[in-house]
Amino acid sequence: MAFTAFGSNNRSPSNKPRRTGKVVIALLAPGLAYLAMFFLTPLFALIMVSLETPDPAGGFAEYVPAFEFGNYANVVSEYLPHILRSFGYALAATVLALLISYPLAYFIGVKARPWPMLQKLMLTLVIAPFFISFLLRTLAWKQIFSNESWIVSSLQDLGILDQTQYVVGTPFMVIFGLTYNFIPFMTLPLYTSLERLDTRYLEAGSDLYATPAKVFRKVTLPLSMPGIISGTLLTFIPIAGDYVNASGDFLGSSSTAMIGNVIESNYLQINDYPSASALSVILMGVILVLVSVYVRKSGTEDLL
Amino acid sequence: MAKEFVARGADLELKQIRKEFPGFVAIDNLDLHVPAGQFFALLGPSGCGKTTSLRLVAGLETPTKGKIFIGGKDVTSTKPHERPVNTVFQSYALFPHMSVLENVAFGLRQRKIDNPLVRAKEALNLVQLPHLADRRPQQLSGGQQQRVALARALVNRPSLLLLDEPLGALDLKLRREMQIELKAIQMEVGLTFLHVTHDQEEAMDMADTVAVMNLGHIEQMGAPEALYDRPKTVFVSKFLGQSNLLVGEVTSSSANSISIEVAGNKISVPKARAEKHKGKIAIGFRPEKATFLTKKPASSASTNVIGPGVILDIRFTGTSNQYLIEVPELGNITVFAQNIGQSPVIQLGEQVWISWAIEHSFGLSDLPAKSEKA
Amino acid sequence: MRFSLGKFTLPVYAVLAFIYLLIPIVYTFVFSFNNSLKTNLIWRGFTLDKWTNVCQREGVCEALSNSVMIGLISTVVATALGTMIAIALVRYRFKFRSSINLLLFLPMATPEVVLGAGLASQFFNLGVQKGIWTIIIAHIMFCLSFVVVTVKARVASLDPALEEAGRDLYANPRQVFWRITFPLLLPGIASAALLSFALSFDDFIITNFNAGSDMTFPRYVYTAAARGVPAEANVVGCAVFLLAILIVLSTQIRGEVKRRRLAKKH
Repeated sequence: MAFTAFGSNNRSPSNKPRRTGKVVIALLAPGLAYLAMFFLTPLFALIMVSLETPDPAGGFAEYVPAFEFGNYANVVSEYLPHILRSFGYALAATVLALLISYPLAYFIGVKARPWPMLQKLMLTLVIAPFFISFLLRTLAWKQIFSNESWIVSSLQDLGILDQTQYVVGTPFMVIFGLTYNFIPFMTLPLYTSLERLDTRYLEAGSDLYATPAKVFRKVTLPLSMPGIISGTLLTFIPIAGDYVNASGDFLGSSSTAMIGNVIESNYLQINDYPSASALSVILMGVILVLVSVYVRKSGTEDLL
Repeated sequence: MAKEFVARGADLELKQIRKEFPGFVAIDNLDLHVPAGQFFALLGPSGCGKTTSLRLVAGLETPTKGKIFIGGKDVTSTKPHERPVNTVFQSYALFPHMSVLENVAFGLRQRKIDNPLVRAKEALNLVQLPHLADRRPQQLSGGQQQRVALARALVNRPSLLLLDEPLGALDLKLRREMQIELKAIQMEVGLTFLHVTHDQEEAMDMADTVAVMNLGHIEQMGAPEALYDRPKTVFVSKFLGQSNLLVGEVTSSSANSISIEVAGNKISVPKARAEKHKGKIAIGFRPEKATFLTKKPASSASTNVIGPGVILDIRFTGTSNQYLIEVPELGNITVFAQNIGQSPVIQLGEQVWISWAIEHSFGLSDLPAKSEKA
Repeated sequence: MRFSLGKFTLPVYAVLAFIYLLIPIVYTFVFSFNNSLKTNLIWRGFTLDKWTNVCQREGVCEALSNSVMIGLISTVVATALGTMIAIALVRYRFKFRSSINLLLFLPMATPEVVLGAGLASQFFNLGVQKGIWTIIIAHIMFCLSFVVVTVKARVASLDPALEEAGRDLYANPRQVFWRITFPLLLPGIASAALLSFALSFDDFIITNFNAGSDMTFPRYVYTAAARGVPAEANVVGCAVFLLAILIVLSTQIRGEVKRRRLAKKH
C-alpha cells in the first residue's frame, strides 16, 4: 500500500546488478519528465509568482515579474495567526489520531492474527470512510453537531455549553473533523508495522522480567516506530494544508481559518496571486524542514 | 519477583498438567519432576507437546488443569515476568532494535540489578563474544545469535533455564560444537537446564536425564544409557535409535526368562528385561547387538537365533555397514556390523542366520501397530 | 497470551472505534432517503425518489460523469507511467537513484494546496485555459507517486529467480516480461489503479485550483455546501461507496476462496 511510502522498506537491490542504459531510460523518462513538467516547474513558477508585484499600469489582479521579497514579510505579519493555527491544529489532530489509532491498529494487527478474515474485514472498515466523499463525510459531522442537533441541545442542558454556545465553528469542531478525516492514514501504517511485529519478542521481554507495561514501552513501541513515523507524517502534512474542515461552510468559521483557507481565498477569490504563492512556499518550506528534522530525530534516515 | 541471584538451580515439578487448545488436547495428565542442577532433556517428535510444556513452565501459556512448582513454590498463576525462569527461544528472539550488550542487559535492567552492563559483559565473556557487544543482532551469524540468546538468559541466573530447540537452526557441525559448549556451561554455572529437542543424539549426548514424550504424555524417562539399553515401549525403541521387533505369544516361562515362538524360532528375554510376562508380547533387539552367520549355529541357552534369511540390501555408512535381511514369515531384520576388516563381508542374496545374546533382548509393554512391520 | 490489558478492553475499544468511523457514513446513507426539499438538513420522511431520480437534480450527474471520466483517464496514464518507474527502480541499478526517489517522494510530502496553487500558476504563466484537461494533468501528477510506491512493493516481493527461470527456459526478454513479470505484478498494478482512481475521484483541493468552470463531483458538493447540499449528492456518494466496498470485499473473498482451496489440496 501507499502507506508504506514513508517506511524504511527501501530494500537495496544490491544483489541485482543489472544492465543499465536504454531500457532504464525508456522506463524512467516518461514518468520523470511528467513530474519535472507538472511538479517541479510549477513549484518554481510558484516561487516566481510569490515575488511578483502589482502591475503599475495594469488593472485589478495583474502582476509583473519582480523580486519583491517584501511579499514574504507582508504575508507573515498579516497571516501569522493563521500559520500558527494551522500547525497547532495539525499537531493536535495528529496526536489525537495517533492515540485513537494505536490501540485499534494493535488489535487488528496483533490480537486478531488468529482470524485473518476478521482482520481483513476490520481493515476494510478502517478505510471505509475513504470510500464516501471526503466532503460528504465532513458535512455529515457538521449536521450531527449542528446548532439544532440533540447533541448540542443536551450539552447545553447539561450546562457543558452555554445556551448561546455551539459546537460548529469552534476550534474543537475543526480539530475533531481533521482527526476523523485522516485517521485511516494513521491506522494503516501503524497496522502494517504492528502486523509484522514478531510476538516472540514480546514473549522474550516478559521472560526477561519486564512487566506488560514495560514490554510495551521497551519492545512494542520501538519496534512499531516506523509505523508511527509514517503515520504521523501522512496525517500531519495533509492536515496542515487542509482548508475544507476549517472552512466556514463546513466545520469552521472565520476564527478558525487555517493557512489553506487564506491561500484558497487569496488565490481563487481575490486573485492576490503573489500573497497566496508566498504563503504556499512558506507552508511547503516549514513542512520540509519539520519533516527532515523529525525524520532525522527518529533515526530513519534511509527514508528519503 | 525473584530479585536475588540464585547460587544453584531449583527443581521443577509439573503435577497433573492438562493443556487444551481450541480443537485439540496438547498435553494430558503430565507429571514431571526435574531435580535441581540437572541437565534435563524433553525429547519427542514435533507436535508431541514438548514445546507447549516448556511454554507452560515459562508462563507463556496457562495450563487448563494442574499445577507447576519451581523450587517448591506454586507458580501456576504467576505471569512470565514474575517467574525465576529464562528461556533461550528457538528463534532466539533477540531484540532487533537494541545492541547485543543491551539485549543481554535487558533482564538485569528490568529487575533493577546493579551494574547491568558489567554483568552483561561478563555473560558475553562466558559465551566468548565480548568483541561483538556493540553490534546489532541482525549483523551476527546464526551461531553467534544463539550464544547471545544464551548469554541473555544466563546472565539473570534463573533458577531454571529453558532451551527451546536452541540448536535447531544451526548446521550440523556448529550444532555439535554448541552441544559441547552448552553442556560445559551448564556444569560451570550449575543451573537447572530444561532442554526441548527432537534430536535424539543431542538429547542423549547432553542430558543427565531424558524424558521421551509422545502424543502429550511422557513415554519413558531415565538416563540416556538406560533408555537406550532397555526401552519400554515400541515408540521409545524406535525413536531412540533403531530396533528390530518380533511379536508372539509367550509359550514357555522359566525362573528368570520367558520365550515366544515366531515362525518356528524360539526367542527368549530375561524376565527382568520384560514389561509383560504373558500373553502376546513384542521382543526387540538393537541392530548393532546382533551378528549374522552363513551357517546355522548350534542352539545355545544364552543366545537367540533366527533364520535363515536372505541379504536384501547393504548400506555403507562409513564406520559400519547396515545389512537388511529378509526372514520369511518374520519380516525384515536390520543388523549393523562395524567395518573392522574388509567390507562388506557378504554379498547380496546370500543366506544367513541372525543371532544375539538373550540378555540383549528387551520385552515391551505394548505391541507395534498392525501396519508397522517389525 | 498475556499481553492484553484485560481480555475485553481492546475488543470493546475496537467496536467503539468502528462505530465512530462509520457514523458519518450511516448518516449520509440515512439522509439519501430523506424526502428533502432543496437542502437536506432536517428529516422529512422516507423516500426512494432521490435514488430513482438522481439526475433530476441539476448538475449532479454531469459532475459525476466528469469525475468518472477524469478518474479513468488519470488512472490509466498514472498507472502506466508509475509501473514503468517502479520496475526500473527495483530491477535496475543506476546513478541518481536517490534523487529519483526524492523526486517521487516530494509530491506525497507536499500539501495539496501547494500542489494546486503551483500548477495553477504554471497554467496561468503559460496562458492555458483551465478545464477538464488541466484537472486530468493535475490528477496524473499526484497519483503517479502513489502508483510507484504501491507497485514497487509488489516488484520487490517478486522472486527474481522466476524471471531467470523464464530466461533459462528459452523466453526472450519481451516474452519474460509479458508471460512472467507482468502477470505476477498484476495484483499490485490493479491495487495501484484502484488507489489512483479513488484519489482522483475524491480529490477536491488540487482540482479546485485547476478546474476553471468545469465541475467535478467534489466541487459540486463544495459549491453546494454554502446553500445546502441536496439529497441527490448523498445518493451519488452512497452509490460510489457501495461500489467501492463491493470491489474490495469481492477481491478479499476471492483471495480467501483461493487460499482455502490451496489449503485443501495440501
